[in-house]
Amino acid sequence: MKVTQTTRAADSSVDMMINMGPQHPSTHGVFRLVLQLEGERIVHAEPHIGYLHRGSEKLCEGESYAQVITLFDRMDYVANLNSELAFCMAVEKLMGIEVPDRAWYIRTILCELNRVASHMLFYGVFGMDAGAMTPILYGFREREKIQSLFESVTGARMMHNYFRIGGVKEELPTDFPARLASIVEELKRAIEECDQLLTGNEAFLARTRGISPLSAEDAVDFGVTGPILRSTGQIEDVRVSEPYGIYDRFDFGIPVGSTGDCWDRYYIRIEEMRQSLLIIEQAASQMEAGDIQAKMRRIARPPKGEVYVRSETPRGDLGVFLVSDGGPKPYRVKVRTPSFSNLQAIQHMLRGAYVADAVVVLGSLDIILGEVDR
Amino acid sequence: MPETPENPPSGGTPARPATPKRREPKVALAPEALDDAGTELSSIVSDLFSDENVEMGVEVDEVSVRIAPDRVPAICARMKNEPSLAFDYLRSVSVVDYVDRLEVNYHLFSYPKRHKLVIKADLPAEAPVVPTVTGVWRTANWFEREGHDLFGVNFAGHPDLSPLLLYDGFEGHPGLKSYPFHDYDEW
Repeated sequence: MKVTQTTRAADSSVDMMINMGPQHPSTHGVFRLVLQLEGERIVHAEPHIGYLHRGSEKLCEGESYAQVITLFDRMDYVANLNSELAFCMAVEKLMGIEVPDRAWYIRTILCELNRVASHMLFYGVFGMDAGAMTPILYGFREREKIQSLFESVTGARMMHNYFRIGGVKEELPTDFPARLASIVEELKRAIEECDQLLTGNEAFLARTRGISPLSAEDAVDFGVTGPILRSTGQIEDVRVSEPYGIYDRFDFGIPVGSTGDCWDRYYIRIEEMRQSLLIIEQAASQMEAGDIQAKMRRIARPPKGEVYVRSETPRGDLGVFLVSDGGPKPYRVKVRTPSFSNLQAIQHMLRGAYVADAVVVLGSLDIILGEVDR
Repeated sequence: MPETPENPPSGGTPARPATPKRREPKVALAPEALDDAGTELSSIVSDLFSDENVEMGVEVDEVSVRIAPDRVPAICARMKNEPSLAFDYLRSVSVVDYVDRLEVNYHLFSYPKRHKLVIKADLPAEAPVVPTVTGVWRTANWFEREGHDLFGVNFAGHPDLSPLLLYDGFEGHPGLKSYPFHDYDEW
């Protein structure tokens, strides 16, 4: 950590101010955190965001509905397909489009794979934040397999632009079922391997267990969602509480924690990967041949009105508030991104924590700055 | 959606005078699809807030309540604390620029009751002021800062309205429809 400014504030109890970021490897992007220390304790943490603000919401107003999907790819750039899905669902709901079953199965399989890929990235990076060098090699190795499968389906490793309003872009490649089956088997083994490598490690436990616990009341009040909310013991998953698509056809569990500390936040994601693989297996066995695109006009012109949809991304509750004036372009798109609200709680979580834990706490939130700043 | 006083068109409440010369393409309205829970919630809210000046409506599958801006914190606090409503989760605060007015939308969700609702308040475009709800839900803090950055809405009583997404010293409010964009040339 680089000490850029050492001031003795008028309040003599504040010993030191440490500036972390915006160019700092453990801020997971361009994020600046100003810490006020008293000895080794953090008395105040001031997050500064906006370094990656591209005005995505405003840009959406200048593009046709089909083009907006590419902008959603670039919001959560680790779980692109999950972001695409949220926007497609919003337009479909406004237009009343029934998406064919096969398209939903393709979407669900790819989204859950994307969830595993995203959590694998988290696994590696969080290990590194806590001081373990090896996990990132394992995490990236597994993520790479999923991305090469995505490449064969969508043509791109990231920024897929594969989902369409009312369906998906094209049919799966012929070798997809075989490749999926082998990847699921490999991932199952890999998750166990990752789990054994890091979860019970004594040094890792010392760095994460009991560190900055979050209570369920605070989590709800701060609008924290996703794995971090579930780590506090709140059973809440949009896939179950407001099921969208075909999630009501699958048996899967919602992992919940008890203390809401950094270790809980970590382990919930390991468990979620297992549950995602269960969903993928069920979806792959239920999937049948059929249409992949609903019948609709080539250029989407939703009726005048507004709609708010939620979906569960790897980071939490992604909401899209879409206002249409009946034209070919959205009138207003507001994206309620999970990282934005999750990051807001860091001020509360870091109060009273040790400065050495700041990086671990930030890592446990698993933020994506592209989504925070939009 | 019929344009009754209960269901104002989301495009603009004060009916714009129709220009007879330009033929506008006919715009369809999104259908209402309120489920049973929504209907029940709608009747609970209209009973509870009969003393307030609330305007009930429906946005596709969501109950909407339009209120006066100065009543926002009081009604939000009641929404949160009333046991039959229990809206403990503020999903987002979104500002929509309708040129002649700004609309602030508070999307609420209740974890214990599992129902959802949107509170709307219309602000004048020239001096948009609405009291903050950070005292009701702490998550409103950054949403309101964002609304102040991008739309210039003054959330009165907010603890810190310094720029969040924009850099210090940025002039203008880029979320507004009047703010130019796409004015660059391709190169």
